[in-house]
Amino acid sequence: MGHCQGCDGCKIDPKLEKIAQRYKGVKGGVIGALHEVQDTYGYISTTAQKYLSKELDVPMSEIYGIITFYSRFSLAPKGKYNIQVCMGTACYVKGSEKVLNRFKEKLGIEEGQTTKDGKFSLESVRCIGACGLAPAIVINKEVYGKMDVKKVDELIEEYSKK
Amino acid sequence: MDIKELNKLKEKNSAVLKKKRIMVCSGTGCTSSKSDVLLSNLKKIVKDKNIKDILVEKTGCFGFCAKGPIVVIDPDEIFYEMVKPEDAEDIVASVVDKKPLERLLAKEEDKYVKKWHELNFYNKQKRIALKNCGTINPEKIEEYIAVDGYQALYKALNMTRDEVIEEINISGLRGRGGAGFPTGKKWLFTKNSEADQKYVCCNADEGDPGAFMDRSILEGDPHSVIEAMAIAAYAVGATQGYIYVRAEYPIAVERLNIAIKQAKEKGLLGKNIFGKGLDFELELRLGAGAFVCGEETALMNSIEGKRGEPRPRPPFPAVKGLFEKPTLLNNVETYANVPKIILNGGKWYKSIGTENSKGTKVFALGGNINNVGLVEVPMGTTLREIVYDIGGGVPGGKRFKAAQTGGPSGGCIPAKYIDTPIDYESLSSIGSMMGSGGLIVMDESKCMVNLAKFFLEFTVDESCGKCPPCRIGTKRMLEILTRITEGKGKEGDIEKLERLAKNIKSASLCGLGQTAPNPVLSTLKYFRDEYEAHIKEKRCPAGECKALTQVHIDPEKCKQCGICAKNCPVGAIEGEVRKGPFKINQDKCIKCGVCITKCPFKAISK
Repeated sequence: MGHCQGCDGCKIDPKLEKIAQRYKGVKGGVIGALHEVQDTYGYISTTAQKYLSKELDVPMSEIYGIITFYSRFSLAPKGKYNIQVCMGTACYVKGSEKVLNRFKEKLGIEEGQTTKDGKFSLESVRCIGACGLAPAIVINKEVYGKMDVKKVDELIEEYSKK
Repeated sequence: MDIKELNKLKEKNSAVLKKKRIMVCSGTGCTSSKSDVLLSNLKKIVKDKNIKDILVEKTGCFGFCAKGPIVVIDPDEIFYEMVKPEDAEDIVASVVDKKPLERLLAKEEDKYVKKWHELNFYNKQKRIALKNCGTINPEKIEEYIAVDGYQALYKALNMTRDEVIEEINISGLRGRGGAGFPTGKKWLFTKNSEADQKYVCCNADEGDPGAFMDRSILEGDPHSVIEAMAIAAYAVGATQGYIYVRAEYPIAVERLNIAIKQAKEKGLLGKNIFGKGLDFELELRLGAGAFVCGEETALMNSIEGKRGEPRPRPPFPAVKGLFEKPTLLNNVETYANVPKIILNGGKWYKSIGTENSKGTKVFALGGNINNVGLVEVPMGTTLREIVYDIGGGVPGGKRFKAAQTGGPSGGCIPAKYIDTPIDYESLSSIGSMMGSGGLIVMDESKCMVNLAKFFLEFTVDESCGKCPPCRIGTKRMLEILTRITEGKGKEGDIEKLERLAKNIKSASLCGLGQTAPNPVLSTLKYFRDEYEAHIKEKRCPAGECKALTQVHIDPEKCKQCGICAKNCPVGAIEGEVRKGPFKINQDKCIKCGVCITKCPFKAISK
């Protein structure tokens, strides 16, 4: 058990405890800790925020401020498959807008939303650096290049079956 | 480690570099096209067949991303393009038989080109910052040492701090992150600031969409940046360094971590480096997806674990930067040049480039161009040489319309300036800027108003919100641009855009806001007629803006059946059955597209 008093004695996940331990006393380490929490859980829960606030001695308001400032951190869980459409200039010139719109249309969600079944979430991201494959998208960590409307349909079908 | 050990390692490993080696590009682009699978296939085959004299290595970006995945057979430099994982068997066999595999060779003007430096793509390039990308395994410090790695650091430690800075000054090196501030001066300012603690930072938060040279350097040659930072630390008197790198670059982060660990193990980072009294520790800090963190003061706030909002300047970082201490901040490409300048001398570097822009610049060539990739050219190379000689021109027989440099802070270069030499001064004189090196080519089908809107959408999204001119001003500009592209532009909108642009530029706190209007201003400068056509004639000359495109019936394909007219909700289609092709009255048409879907002969299109 950690020393957190901020969340009515709820149990702290040992993984979270370890993350906090690693960043205790590291100058400006709170962002690093948030990265690890985000990567481990897919989002940063209120419990995790309160716990980190106590352990790293950073006000809760500041932690919330940091999470909402940086686009990589999220307050709510994402879908099982997170679809990121690259909106870098090279991809844009090659038609990434059409790709994004097709995803919206097929999944019935807007950017930043998750489908009702929790399967897909959709976001547009800054340049992922795969300009040679433009337009490119990333699903979880897999990169798919030279996208078009047809490929969008195929990918959704493929992932729906998974 | 002392210099004797370093030289011993160098000698031992340069012999390794002369062996038969299959080098597999393991940059982000090629990895996305399964070069990682290819690499493990090759390794497995070599191991299974117990071939001892062929080494398989991962290496950094060759730059020719359009042809990836790329494999080069060293020491003969045989270049294979678009290699698939299943080609592994044939490649190993060809190396054993010493016969190049023709089907994977590049073809130029119907001739096979064997060596990579003989390709047109590389002909006019000069690789200094990218020198080791593609020749060494970035995950082995020994290979970096084999190509003179850490020799510059030793040399610098035997010079005085002023001599090191003077060498950088002589070279004429300027910041490659975009602003082009003289690097030597920056070092001198930081050195001259008195403090008990100073910091050296590397800006690897490559945010400019479409630029990926910094990522490629970090992925292909991370030690060059580490060595340069140690040299800088010595010169300015710092003992702690931070590399601020985008979390979106997982491969770069991994290789940096490996490189830092190896440098520490070898004593090239840490206490008393080379026994010369330099203490230098280096840490990685990950960005979290905020474009504004590429701005130096915002970046420092982010390293401190805060929201990445910029601070007013002065005080400049050289006086009061990270944790309120004097801080030197350079970008990745700038650092990558430093070891070469120290080793070969500032005079050598100065001999490359133009009068006020020395050395080379790496560009990420993308958009409507055949050879998408990373190119490094001497300053002063013309846009035409980059687009046509290196880039292979615009695909699909389309016309070159403009190139965009500097991303959301930059501007466009129209076709009439295609012979402009690319250097800091020439670009700013035509209203564009060097930027970090994104170079996006656009063909005639691209609407410049829509492009300006694209960049404004980006800045509105990325504006941190601290200062109102940027937060509110860019939003207002975007609203005007949006209505223009939707055909709702009003008389006077152009003037409003210009007035807003002027105010935002002069009143914003940091570089993001001060440069945000540039894409609008430069497209207005060269493509004002397109804006006017959108506003006055409600027409998009490039045919890209949906609301302004027209629906047409092809008279050749029209069978005069009249189904379209029956289905048109506004009665915009005129004609009589079997009495000639139907026509759309553009004044009435609302572009709903019903006719397009109803026409059985596919005669109607936008």
